[in-house]
Amino acid sequence: MIVELLQTLLLLSLAPMVTGAIRSLKARMQGRKGPSVLQPYRDMAKLFHKSSVVSKDSSWVSTVAPYACVAAVVIAAFLLPVVYVGTFGLLGDLLLLIYLLAVVRFFTALAALDAGSTFGGMGSSREMFISSIVEPTMLLSIFAMALVTGTTALGGIALQVASTGLEKVEPSLLLAAAAFFIATIAENARVPVDNPSTHLELTMVHEAMLLEYSGKGLALMEYASMAKLMVFLTLMANIFFPWGIATSADPIALAAGLMAYLLKIFALALAIAVIESSMAKMRLFRLPNLFAVAFTLSLLAVVAFYILGVA
Amino acid sequence: MLLPDQMLFAALITISLAGAMLAVLLDRRRACLTVPYAAAALSSAIALILSLSVLLGLGDFTLALPTYISRLGAFSLHIDRLSAFFLLVASIVTMCVSIYSMGYLREYRGRYSMGRMGFLFNIFVLSLYMVLTAGNAVLFLVAWEVMSVSSYLLVMYEWRREDSVSSGLLYLVMTHLGTALISTAFVLMWTQTGSFDFSSFAGIREMETTSGTMRSAMFLLLLIGFGTKAGLVPMHVWLPKAHPAAPTNMSALMSAVMVKTAVFMMIRCCFGFLGVTEVWWGLLVLLIASISALVGVLYAVAETDIKRILAYSTVENMGIIFIGLGAAMVFQASAAGDPMANPYLGDIAALALVASLFHVMSHAMFKSLLFMGAGAVVGASHTRNIEEMGGLGRKMRYTGVLFFIGALSISAIPPLNGFVGEWMMFQSLLLSQTISDPMVNILIPAAVAALALAGAIAAACFVRLYGAVFLARPRSEHAEAAKEAPRPMLAGMYVLGALCVLTGVLATLIIPVVDSVSASMLGTSIASRMVNGLTLITPAGDFSYMSPLAVAVMFLLLLPLVYLVANRLGGSQPTVREDTWDCGTPLGPRNEYSATAHSQPLTRLFGQTVRVKVEVAETPSSSPLVPARMSFRREVEPVFERYLYDPVSRAAISLSKRISVIQMGSIQAYLAYIFVTLLALLVVFR
Repeated sequence: MIVELLQTLLLLSLAPMVTGAIRSLKARMQGRKGPSVLQPYRDMAKLFHKSSVVSKDSSWVSTVAPYACVAAVVIAAFLLPVVYVGTFGLLGDLLLLIYLLAVVRFFTALAALDAGSTFGGMGSSREMFISSIVEPTMLLSIFAMALVTGTTALGGIALQVASTGLEKVEPSLLLAAAAFFIATIAENARVPVDNPSTHLELTMVHEAMLLEYSGKGLALMEYASMAKLMVFLTLMANIFFPWGIATSADPIALAAGLMAYLLKIFALALAIAVIESSMAKMRLFRLPNLFAVAFTLSLLAVVAFYILGVA
Repeated sequence: MLLPDQMLFAALITISLAGAMLAVLLDRRRACLTVPYAAAALSSAIALILSLSVLLGLGDFTLALPTYISRLGAFSLHIDRLSAFFLLVASIVTMCVSIYSMGYLREYRGRYSMGRMGFLFNIFVLSLYMVLTAGNAVLFLVAWEVMSVSSYLLVMYEWRREDSVSSGLLYLVMTHLGTALISTAFVLMWTQTGSFDFSSFAGIREMETTSGTMRSAMFLLLLIGFGTKAGLVPMHVWLPKAHPAAPTNMSALMSAVMVKTAVFMMIRCCFGFLGVTEVWWGLLVLLIASISALVGVLYAVAETDIKRILAYSTVENMGIIFIGLGAAMVFQASAAGDPMANPYLGDIAALALVASLFHVMSHAMFKSLLFMGAGAVVGASHTRNIEEMGGLGRKMRYTGVLFFIGALSISAIPPLNGFVGEWMMFQSLLLSQTISDPMVNILIPAAVAALALAGAIAAACFVRLYGAVFLARPRSEHAEAAKEAPRPMLAGMYVLGALCVLTGVLATLIIPVVDSVSASMLGTSIASRMVNGLTLITPAGDFSYMSPLAVAVMFLLLLPLVYLVANRLGGSQPTVREDTWDCGTPLGPRNEYSATAHSQPLTRLFGQTVRVKVEVAETPSSSPLVPARMSFRREVEPVFERYLYDPVSRAAISLSKRISVIQMGSIQAYLAYIFVTLLALLVVFR
């Protein structure tokens, strides 16, 4: 129980650092020195000390949205195995987790419309567009996982895949992982779907939705999106590549699990940084092609199971 | 001597008829706004009590009606668990809608006949309850017809509006096409059993003389017949026209309850009468349902008329319900085909049916809530076009919050009821790995993808709808002057809003009841394995858990916690109210992102399915750069009407023109036709 609680807190507290690490890695690759990995913490601390400016036209929706978003992400974090396969599994499974992240999207997109700003509307429209067409990919890669492991319980999947030897890995697992990675990029507004560091209103997606937020509200919204990224990376690390995760709660296993977890998250952050440094953002209407690739991968993952798995 | 419950049902019929009669008598008086709807609420309360008594295990209910023609079988009303479940859902929604009507109909007073409304409303409600309880095919068809005709007359209620009349006509034609097919199916069943009683139809399941082809023919007739009422694509064309044309209280009843009678009869006929043995039946349902879900939601997201958005969303949700039904049929048929190989199949069939029934309940609740909210909004802003609304959240606080609950629920936000149903549905599909039929293995993942896409677009649709109606600045004078809805309207919505939350959070208490309904059809009960305290568990595979109550508790704990932490960190800071940032230009209502623009990426991507035509006309001025006037017209092409229905109706008309040569206007010739026909019949049926 304590281990489960601690690992959730670990995930939640490391979230800004991972965003900082991606920024820092990107800066290195582009030949800049870049800010420290702790910069997101400092930004948030600064924002919490600022007063907020709220639009005259906005309603209770944009007041409630930051709290709802953070609460939903925190509940999602409670569902995940981080360094140890044990979770608060009775609370919910992988499907609940995906739907909790949809709560974040729902509230953010509504809050974006609340002030009646054109930029907010544009961001909200694009966010719902992107998330709609990436949703089948996510669910089909979950379907492939459920076919391979027979469950959608997060701890169960991690345990089952981790205890399978590397040589026995199902091809559908790898295909599903590839599809899910593209979905991760899309859901978290990273290049090539969205550019998190853009300052041009017309190209923003996620940032445009937060345009009206300031002070504490902005800090919470930023935190929610950083924690959401962390939740997705942890899913990638512990559901598709759970090797190294602690299967028992003794201290040595946990330490090894922690090392493995940090390594995997670093590797994923590096992958995102490499993609962001080597690619440009795609035009909005080119994105369906990318998602079609992801969808095909996830469909192949399911088909591969039926062709190779049943026999 | 009548038993107490039989007396209750007799009272239900009497109260409904009395309500209808009183409505006619009171016509122009003020009381006509309350008395008929109080009667409808009372008869609904009786239906609620009766259905609860059956669901809680007090035994089935039967009431024999006088029958004068013995060849048509014994007319009786019968409530078993399946009837009781649908009756429960219908009565709760009807009760709320009746209370809502008392406030809503005020705006019609003096413009349209109040008496007609009250009369038809009560007759419709009574026929609805008769449809759900009829124990005989002929009685069922009579009640079904009364339901169709009374709802047709209510669609035409605003007879001065041309679109109401044309929508009503389309509805009348489509519903009768459906009824014709259903009647044919019942006659085919009669040829097998020799009786019109549903109790005898139930024997077809075990009858060995009924061939597979015969069963499949009946199934297809029923699927198209009831599919028309349910609004499955491509028989859905009437639904998005007829549901919005009716006054909103009727739209709510039609969309939330009437379409469910088709689900009820599909379950009854497929599982109860025919017995599901063919896998392809389920696959066909799955295919049609997936297409319905996608087409429904894509048209919903392209639409700007609030009531049509909700009507298209009904097409989508009926698709979702039928996906569950189709999956249950596939699993049940596979289990029957090979009981030894797949021990779990019976369980996941039950899970799929439970999910489907649960979604029937959820959809009835949130869709009637949303329609009632739409009625309030339309009443306040005097338009159905969401582009001319905006900012109503601050003018109509309570309506705004209640509509928000409906929107959360329909977007499957945990832990509300829409989410619980979808969770179970996904679980039943995800657990299908043990079937090794290639068609199943293609269609089940396709259904998963369709369900996921439809769900996500539905969320986009309701973000857009809620944003356009309730958020930002008012975009018309009427929206600027909007006022909160009257109390009775809010009262009806409060109950349903609370139920949307409670049935989701306390799903573990409701699922055993739903399971007892599905067990009475499938013979497999899964509740004992599915509900563990306050957690839901999948009844097969390596178990997955989900606890809506725990999620709700977490939300209730975390929301204040996050609030407190955020206010502690960095001390309490002031909040300033300022204009919305727009690069320094003054912002008017026309600078807002419109609902049409909001859904443009989706309609562009799915442009093959939803064909949006845009016309921009410019009146030139002296400057080549600035036109004097610009006009913009946008139209969604009616694809199904144009490419499917129009050719058929053209062919029918040209065929009848050909045949009309024999219609020469001479009475002798007509007598000759009758004589020849008689001779022919005598020869054929010697």
